[in-house]
Amino acid sequence: MSAPVLEPRPPSARELILNGIFAENPVFRLALSLCPAVAVTTTVMNGLVLGVAVLLVQVLSSLTVALARGRIHPRIRIPVYTLIIAVWVSAIDMLLSGFVPALYAQVGLYVKLIVAFAIIISRLEVFASRQPLVPSFYDALGMGLGFLLALVSIGAMRELLGNGSLVGVPLVASKPLLFFALPAGGFFSITLLMALFNIIERRVESRRRLAAGAAR
Amino acid sequence: MRPASGGGTGRGALSGMVALGAALVLAAGFTGAACAAQPGPVIRSVRVVRPDQVRLVLSSPLAGTDPGNFRFTETAAPDVPIEIRTVRVEGTEVVLGMAQSLDPAGDYRLEVREPPLERRVRPSRWALLLTVVLSAALINNFVFTRYLGLCIFFGVSKKRDTAVGMGATFTFVMVATGTLSWMLHQFVLKPLQLQFLQVLVFIGVVAFLVQLLDTVLKKTHRALHERFGIYLVLITTNCIILAVPLLNAAADAGPLESFALALGSGAGFAFALFLMSCARERLELARVPSSFEGLPIAFALAGLFALAFMGFSGLDFLR
Repeated sequence: MSAPVLEPRPPSARELILNGIFAENPVFRLALSLCPAVAVTTTVMNGLVLGVAVLLVQVLSSLTVALARGRIHPRIRIPVYTLIIAVWVSAIDMLLSGFVPALYAQVGLYVKLIVAFAIIISRLEVFASRQPLVPSFYDALGMGLGFLLALVSIGAMRELLGNGSLVGVPLVASKPLLFFALPAGGFFSITLLMALFNIIERRVESRRRLAAGAAR
Repeated sequence: MRPASGGGTGRGALSGMVALGAALVLAAGFTGAACAAQPGPVIRSVRVVRPDQVRLVLSSPLAGTDPGNFRFTETAAPDVPIEIRTVRVEGTEVVLGMAQSLDPAGDYRLEVREPPLERRVRPSRWALLLTVVLSAALINNFVFTRYLGLCIFFGVSKKRDTAVGMGATFTFVMVATGTLSWMLHQFVLKPLQLQFLQVLVFIGVVAFLVQLLDTVLKKTHRALHERFGIYLVLITTNCIILAVPLLNAAADAGPLESFALALGSGAGFAFALFLMSCARERLELARVPSSFEGLPIAFALAGLFALAFMGFSGLDFLR
């Protein structure tokens, strides 16, 4: 703080959040924590529940690590991070099983498995352990939201194509492509969405470059 | 040399025959005594020959052969008989067809009404082991039907050598963590009613074992550590390794079952990795649309494998 001129400008809250949603989207870009992204996304609701769980765990454990970052010995940081995540996962797990038991029955195993999600621990290691509380919060929020949006979009696509409904509301009388509700369909849905994400990003990138060229 | 050895076998065979003869005489005496004491057939053996079939071997043919003459119950629930659909008689053998598949881990009791006989029935432990292993490895393959361990799956399946190394390391660590966490769950968490600490304890076990293995390997087998060390680090952040103890705890599985689940799912993961790495090596030479390059096409490939693995669900007799 004494020499603000020499330090690069810290990224703003908006940048941090958008970074998590687009540039470093955990599912589509970093390809981390894919297991739940395929497993529970047969419906929008399932995706939403797991997405919210991940968002909460990510934010809470990022905050914990950011608060305790001076006190964790670097040699044992990974086990400590794992334990911090495990504590929050257990808490969220119990909350979900208490308040939404019907949905929990479908996603329960994967909620517990949030402990082993690479995305959460990698954000702790890369970001929260080096940054103060507030940026860590926004980074975690962005990552969590990016994960949530990815899960919901995959869920929407699979529910619409596989069941002809959206959030449980039937839109089409038949089941248009039951294939997408099957296990294998999950992989193909991600293939298509990832490719779409790549195309959009490439468009945006080339437009930005064009705009930059025109401005010059 | 030759005659001596020939003599040896000859003597062996001779003594074997004598023993067999004695056994036969004894057996005849016993059955004779049994027949004298209790007229009518006696149950010689009962075996579960298929998940829904029980074969009964009797000493003499049975008179009553309609399904009502038999009663088959689970030992834990003696008031709820399991429906018997068919009775097939082949001489002194009776084959009972059940309306439902029997649980390979279960414990059953077979009763005959006329003449009154009963026998405890337990499906073979080996059958149980094989069933769980095959079902975890193929029918419910962790990668292709349960989607576990995908990060690692896509991360290390680019080259065949790494895939094989990872698969082997994984299977080993999985069996070790599966067994250790089963013990902790059964002997510590359950008696103390601390099941809500499952996640915490199991991830602790995984982290502890991985660290232990890493340290021990580094000191004792330098070359092995250099080859497999990097995979060890990756294991902690993999859901598949944690899923096995969690599934076992949820099903309250026995020791053999949980061992079999760990072994089967490890083997299934290794198999999936191997298949995928072979396919991806060939993919290097293929021309892929630019927006599908890299991960998207790998996902499509995994989807095709998943479709193929759906065929294994036809292995119905394993369920």
